[in-house]
Amino acid sequence: MSGGNYYVPTTSRWPILGSLALGVMMVGAGSQLVYDTGALMMLVGVIGIVVVMGLWFRDVVRESMSGLYDTQMDRSFRWGMGWFIFSELMFFAAFFGALFYVRTFAIPWLGGEGEKGVSALLWPEFISHWPLTNPPDASVLGPEQVFSPWQLPLVNTLILITSSITLTVAHEALKLGERITCRNWLAGTVLLGCCFIVIQGVEYYEAYNHYGITLEAGIFGATFFILTGFHGVHVIIGTIILGCILVRICKGHFANDHHFGFEASCWYWHFVDVVWVGLFIFVYVM
Amino acid sequence: MAPKLPPQHSLQHSSTAVADGQAPDAHHETPKGVMRWLLTTNHKEIGSLYLIFSLIMFFIGGIFALVVRAELFQPGLQLVEPEFFNQMTTMHGLIMVFAAVMPAFTGLANWMIPLQIGAPDMALPRLNNFSFWLLPVAFTLLLSTLLMPGGGPNFGWTFYAPLSTTYAPPSTTFFILALHIAGISSILGAINIVATILNMRAPGMRMMDMPLFVWTWLITAFLLIAVMPVLAGVITMMLMDINFGTSFFDAAGGGDPVLFQHLFWFFGHPEVYIMILPAFGIVSAIIPTFARKRLFGYASMVYATGAIALLSFLVWAHHMFVVGLPLAAELFFMYTTMLIAVPTGVKVFNWITTLFRGSISFEPPMLFALAFVVLFTIGGFSGLMLAIAPADFQYHDTYFVVAHFHYVLVPGAIFAIMAGVYYWLPKWTGHYPHERLAQCHFWCSIVGVNLTFFPMHFAGLAGMPRRIPDYALQFADFNLVSSIGAFFFGASQLIFVLVVVLCVRGGKKAPAKAWEGAEDLEWSVPSPAPLHTFETPPVFHRAQHGE
Repeated sequence: MSGGNYYVPTTSRWPILGSLALGVMMVGAGSQLVYDTGALMMLVGVIGIVVVMGLWFRDVVRESMSGLYDTQMDRSFRWGMGWFIFSELMFFAAFFGALFYVRTFAIPWLGGEGEKGVSALLWPEFISHWPLTNPPDASVLGPEQVFSPWQLPLVNTLILITSSITLTVAHEALKLGERITCRNWLAGTVLLGCCFIVIQGVEYYEAYNHYGITLEAGIFGATFFILTGFHGVHVIIGTIILGCILVRICKGHFANDHHFGFEASCWYWHFVDVVWVGLFIFVYVM
Repeated sequence: MAPKLPPQHSLQHSSTAVADGQAPDAHHETPKGVMRWLLTTNHKEIGSLYLIFSLIMFFIGGIFALVVRAELFQPGLQLVEPEFFNQMTTMHGLIMVFAAVMPAFTGLANWMIPLQIGAPDMALPRLNNFSFWLLPVAFTLLLSTLLMPGGGPNFGWTFYAPLSTTYAPPSTTFFILALHIAGISSILGAINIVATILNMRAPGMRMMDMPLFVWTWLITAFLLIAVMPVLAGVITMMLMDINFGTSFFDAAGGGDPVLFQHLFWFFGHPEVYIMILPAFGIVSAIIPTFARKRLFGYASMVYATGAIALLSFLVWAHHMFVVGLPLAAELFFMYTTMLIAVPTGVKVFNWITTLFRGSISFEPPMLFALAFVVLFTIGGFSGLMLAIAPADFQYHDTYFVVAHFHYVLVPGAIFAIMAGVYYWLPKWTGHYPHERLAQCHFWCSIVGVNLTFFPMHFAGLAGMPRRIPDYALQFADFNLVSSIGAFFFGASQLIFVLVVVLCVRGGKKAPAKAWEGAEDLEWSVPSPAPLHTFETPPVFHRAQHGE
């Protein structure tokens, strides 16, 4: 409940600039995709967004450090971050839903299962199988082979799970005031994040060059890349966030018992980790 | 062992340091002119921005609807090319849903939730400003697609694949990106509302003390956070299918166009409750005020709202009864859809029971609220008819569906928004809206709305398909009446603008408690509400607020 000191900033120029930058980025991206001339505009938009986010967060950090935020504000941030992560979870749920639907219904129906079997009439020779290496229509080339989950994907799984543990160790150290320990374990976490990204890059290279898994490779390629791709983007963002937190730790920010910026980045990282476990099971193993 | 460093900024969690928390205000001059609106973090100013934006978009979307109705005035093709007709039906739907109704409710939430729970502002004021200013960016981009080569979106507001992928105009990519921006705005706005309601209530106000508008918005915000990301996901898959050669919605590569419909309606059905739950909240505030009785069944209203929200996740395929679902799915979605009638019935029962033996007076907000109860219920009943899968095989994609959802959206959502505006205008401006003009607006609207949409039931039951610019001769009379009604309804909305403008500029002065029977916390602050309210939180006394 309010103690009457809730901090309400008077004005801010970052929201309007941020929305303009996002608009510039979107118009640039659209122009690039449709008319092949917009990459520069998109780049300007992206830089604008990054700069605005940096300055906006700088303001928030300064306000926090000068003691303008009370415990009620802290709760606002917690609710905000929690629901933001829930929205991210639902974003991935859409892609997982697509994967499950295709595997459980669409492909078996194309292969002739189901009481109506209408879609089986489209390609009578098609036999249902997964991973879908031979898509129904001959014009679509499926993947030549798919990844074994027990090689790079397993390594990446171990990396991400380890990184969640190292991050927790860093957090516990911060709570005890052992800031050097915290810094080291946090740096380790960032490093593990970078390893994950590199390995995922290697895997994408392999996918395109040796496995025939491409965006065009039917529904397998589509679901594979949209799930691992958006997850990869989230790992990159999470690593950048943890990197910023690491810088702040080095600068001596965060109190032992009051450091929601740190905790929020932990929540985000654990969320990215959990999504990967889902990916590992449903995209690679099953 | 690492040396233990002292926390360097113990200030931030000492309770004394925040005593001068308002100090930075003194350093800042409030910017004047346009900058004040661009940079504002004030919930009242942002609420006004949302409402003005939504009113402008309401007229733009309305003009698109009138193009459609003008073409349908008589059979044959007279005014516009079928291609442009399709763009008009699509844009009318998109603008009304995403740019008129949703921002109007968010505007009301911005204005009223902090006032109703005794909070100094929204929980995250800068984010609030960001949420708003994304909207003009998004919808400028969306409207600009109409001017692009190949025209704007022409596949209906539901943008089914493959119409929106394989056979879509090039501008579809811009449509997708615009919708992404609007989606970000909705999600951030909803997060802010949830944080505000859960964290910013006045001391002493429990969850079950909150006004129903706050409750319904809490649940709406939950729905928004849960389903807007799914919309973002499905339009991203569209973007990939269009630009990167994926096969999500293409059976040739093992995908499925029906997958699009599942994902879209998993978003789309909660979305229609997003557009009606806050309306329930507004009506639940207005009816007790003008019946001068406490709301009947407050707790059951809360539970009914929650039940509707939960059921909304389990009914999506009732939009897809003719797409070739397995029988088990047809039955499941038919039964769950009909279940929604139960909590909705609870609500209608409670409103009517609130009116029973009340001392009713018919000020403009009450007129709109009463019309809401009657006409929304008609829309609810036609929804029950559509829920019956075998019957839907006949009704599907006819004007009966158009009649159904316009009854729940126009005299449903939009009448509730107007009721809310008339109800709270005294609080916003310090003046009562002009009584005669507002009554005139009401009676013109109610005649216009029924003239427009009631004949559509008959045209649809007789088999007239939706989204087609021409029709068979036997539908001519119904369409003539609908078109006349539409232009009459559109013109009568100008009265609404006149009333609002007059009310802002002057009129009969309103006291803090503008309506005799109004009990909620917003009526304890002066009219017009000063820029900053509840900077020191009020102590909420249950006894004063009807418990």
